[in-house]
Amino acid sequence: MSTIQILFFFLSTLAIFSSIMVLVSKNPVHSVLWLIAVFFAISGHYILLNAQFLAIVNLIVYAGAIMVLFLFVIMLMNLNAATEPRKNWWMKLTGVVSGGCFLMVLVSLVRQATEITGKNVLMKTGDIGLIKNLGKALFSDFVVPFEISSVLFLSAMVGAVVIGKKD
Amino acid sequence: MTLLAFDWILLLEKLILIAIIVFASLGIALYTTFAERKVAAILQDRPGPNRAGPFGLFQPFADGLKLIMKEEIIPNTANKALFVLGPGLAMTAALMTCAVIPWSSSVELFGRKIDLQIADINIGILYIFGVVSMGVYGIMIGGWASNNKFSLMSALRGASQAISYELAMGLSLIAVLMVSGSLSLRTIVDQQMAAGSMWNIAYQPLGFIIFFVCAMAECNRTPFDLPEAENELNFGYHQEYSSMKLGFYLFSEYINMIMSSAVMASLFLGGFDIPFLDESTLAPNTAAILGLLALLTKIVFFVFVFMWIRWTIPRFRYDQLMDLGWKSLIPLALFNMLITGAFILWRQG
Repeated sequence: MSTIQILFFFLSTLAIFSSIMVLVSKNPVHSVLWLIAVFFAISGHYILLNAQFLAIVNLIVYAGAIMVLFLFVIMLMNLNAATEPRKNWWMKLTGVVSGGCFLMVLVSLVRQATEITGKNVLMKTGDIGLIKNLGKALFSDFVVPFEISSVLFLSAMVGAVVIGKKD
Repeated sequence: MTLLAFDWILLLEKLILIAIIVFASLGIALYTTFAERKVAAILQDRPGPNRAGPFGLFQPFADGLKLIMKEEIIPNTANKALFVLGPGLAMTAALMTCAVIPWSSSVELFGRKIDLQIADINIGILYIFGVVSMGVYGIMIGGWASNNKFSLMSALRGASQAISYELAMGLSLIAVLMVSGSLSLRTIVDQQMAAGSMWNIAYQPLGFIIFFVCAMAECNRTPFDLPEAENELNFGYHQEYSSMKLGFYLFSEYINMIMSSAVMASLFLGGFDIPFLDESTLAPNTAAILGLLALLTKIVFFVFVFMWIRWTIPRFRYDQLMDLGWKSLIPLALFNMLITGAFILWRQG
């Protein structure tokens, strides 16, 4: 096994283990911290793909900003394992069934997708994730969707201010 | 020597470099605590610590020994795992910044050219930004896991302060990037060292001031030490901590100070550049050592300014702090960005 393969399996194990721990932990604060571990593992995958910019932006935006706000809300609401409402057994059963159906759809989609069958991952050679190439692609080929998504963010921000302003 | 298609000598070289830089940072931080007490003493016209050793020079070791020897107390109602994780995270996040700072040019040892920088990654500044945003977790987790209302309050304060000032910090960094056109710290320093070019502070005076204020806020230094406001919150987010865990929190503040000084020196004051001297005329090893000394001088200067401000200006009120961040610094940083962009366009014709 080469170094990259070892790193790949290590990161994948870490990602899967942490995401299971997100679901299994009783304490919401622990769940958030495990989710941060998942983001770190995914950023590691980005670095393996030579997409350093995506890796660090994933950390800054998701692990650094959004998860801090999650943690904020959970700490302020003081959620504990005891205060979490108990669900009925048939609620759990329906949850398992619908989740299983979704998993089946995902697996069949990935298996049948023609775009990714028989293709190799660009390990260490791909360069679209570098800041220069990504910036060029975003501001020339995809400039309209890019600007539209920024308008979407602006409207979300205005909405948050409107909801937060109670007078 | 290659095994697993991997240069093991390089790994060894980097490990030694990491060990040297981390221990040197810890040593400098140790004496920064001493310097803080001495500077405070001078500014308040009193002798300061002068009992342990000549001029009180062994005082930091006495302080460290005291912290280590104290009883380790974990509160009954605390969340044990996270209570221990908090100080560790604070310390790790503080030390991680040193990986991308170019400490000096390269030295030649045993026929190998060794760059005095752990990793010259092409996203250097963003890496620093990411590490800074991780630093919040040490405070938040520690404050929450203590299961103390005052700790929680100050942890939330610290986190919201850090998030607010990160924005202005990022915006002032963008202006620097527009001038330099590169995210790698070594490239930025090399550009400032090149003949005929000035330090970035000459192109970005406003950006420098914004960055300086934000760095002070990110380090939780007075006048921005709201998370530790004694008269409102008893002692702050590390109230329940004792022994070396408390020491880690206090110590990480000093390491943060040194690292942010190093980043500011690299971004705005030419890093390891010696003014009015062409380094390429010197032998490479001499140039590297002189450059390291120049960078250390700049760091010491910044650390002194941090302390000077701490013992001169009183603490902000919380709403004043938020007003300064959101209503002054962010618009100023945006304005700075616009001016820089317009200027670059005008220069290009």
